[in-house]
Amino acid sequence: MANKINIFKQFLVLVSIFAFNTVWAYEPIDKDPNQSEVHEEATAEKHEAGHEEAGKFNAGKTIIEHVADAHDWHLWGHTSIPLPVILKTDKGFDFFLSSKFEHGHASYQGNYNYRLHEGNIVVYDDLTGTVDEEATAKITDFSITKNVAAMLLSMFLMLWMFIKVAKMATKNRGKAPSGLQSWIEPLVVFVRDDVAKPSIGEKRYEKFMPFLLTVFFFIWINNLLGLIPIFPGGANLTGSISVALVLAAFTLVITFVVANKHYWQHVFAMPGVPIPVLIILTPIEILGLFLRPFVLMIRLFANITAGHIIALAFFSLIFIFGEMHAGLGFGVSILSLVFTVFMGALELLVAFLQAYVFTLLSAIYFGAAVDEGHDVHNHVDDHHH
Amino acid sequence: MLSSVLLEASLTYGVAALGAGVAALAAGIGIGRIGGSALESIARQPEAVNDIRSSMILAAALVEGAAFFAMVIGLLVVLIK
Repeated sequence: MANKINIFKQFLVLVSIFAFNTVWAYEPIDKDPNQSEVHEEATAEKHEAGHEEAGKFNAGKTIIEHVADAHDWHLWGHTSIPLPVILKTDKGFDFFLSSKFEHGHASYQGNYNYRLHEGNIVVYDDLTGTVDEEATAKITDFSITKNVAAMLLSMFLMLWMFIKVAKMATKNRGKAPSGLQSWIEPLVVFVRDDVAKPSIGEKRYEKFMPFLLTVFFFIWINNLLGLIPIFPGGANLTGSISVALVLAAFTLVITFVVANKHYWQHVFAMPGVPIPVLIILTPIEILGLFLRPFVLMIRLFANITAGHIIALAFFSLIFIFGEMHAGLGFGVSILSLVFTVFMGALELLVAFLQAYVFTLLSAIYFGAAVDEGHDVHNHVDDHHH
Repeated sequence: MLSSVLLEASLTYGVAALGAGVAALAAGIGIGRIGGSALESIARQPEAVNDIRSSMILAAALVEGAAFFAMVIGLLVVLIK
């Protein structure tokens, strides 16, 4: 995740430097080249930190900024909710609110002098205006970022929802469901009857139900919250590769823990296959063990992030055209809005579909791992790739 | 100097975009075939619609996974450059 975000950040710097290079290329050439370079860098940095620079609208930068994790939760305009920053340094922990950074305009003096630089917390030298790379490498960021806050929020939402529904289900036993229960219960039954039973088998599905239901509702509810553009939603949680990685790792670990003799036999020495073929087949099978959860991760991450990027791209179009001519911006905004509504409706479907696919594939992998291979009625094909 | 840097960068972006395009094309063909075959089988056996639908979504998701691989690699080419 950190790597991923760092790559995004590097991309961001690259994009902005290119943008400024092109702007400065039209400057009169009688300037001292070194001086102009320094100025250029300073301007680029100012632009990065503040985004009040009256420059051209940078669609790529705006989109990446909205898709990536952040140290504050943006509400509207220049208002945002500050989130706690937790830093582990070699001199102990530092706790403070991200509002201390004033959106990258100010430094905070803790064990070191911190500053928000391109979305990352760095050790900063105020006198020279440079980032101390060596000291930055030593601090570890454990902050409650936007994604962590969103996850905690959705956790409480889900706890409230499911405790309530569980109580209702006990109370309404043998009767028709009521209220929130009538919304949740069909989905629980759907996961049981259409996902768990056919994939794992009638006999063994029960012990996997808690995980499958948790992962299904976690992904689905967070996908839906991500589609809400205002405060309680708007975090790209399931479209964050670290969250997807953890979910996929759960599937991998559970598969390994429950896997029986038949499963490992099929992986390491497929019965009835000659040895020369096994030399090729076994490495592929072993690779497949890790490739399957890896693809689960990529699929969830890319699908949800792509959904967010599409919505942002349509809105960016308004500003790109608006910069050419204000009237053109208004004209395009109507088109943009229509497309965004259409894509939003599609994303509602994708939100459910990704939760379903993740749960279904997890169930199929569990089914393959516990399959005895003798019972014809309970057989699940274990060669999905 | 600047122009050569820009040229090189735009070439990388161009190739990455081409890669993403080819991946989308291949995934489109794959998912199109899956959808087409599913429709044909539903027309032949309308009573099996539920089984066919879930198998169709599963197959489409697997194809999509490959397409996303290509997309992420295309993205990395642009970003790591």
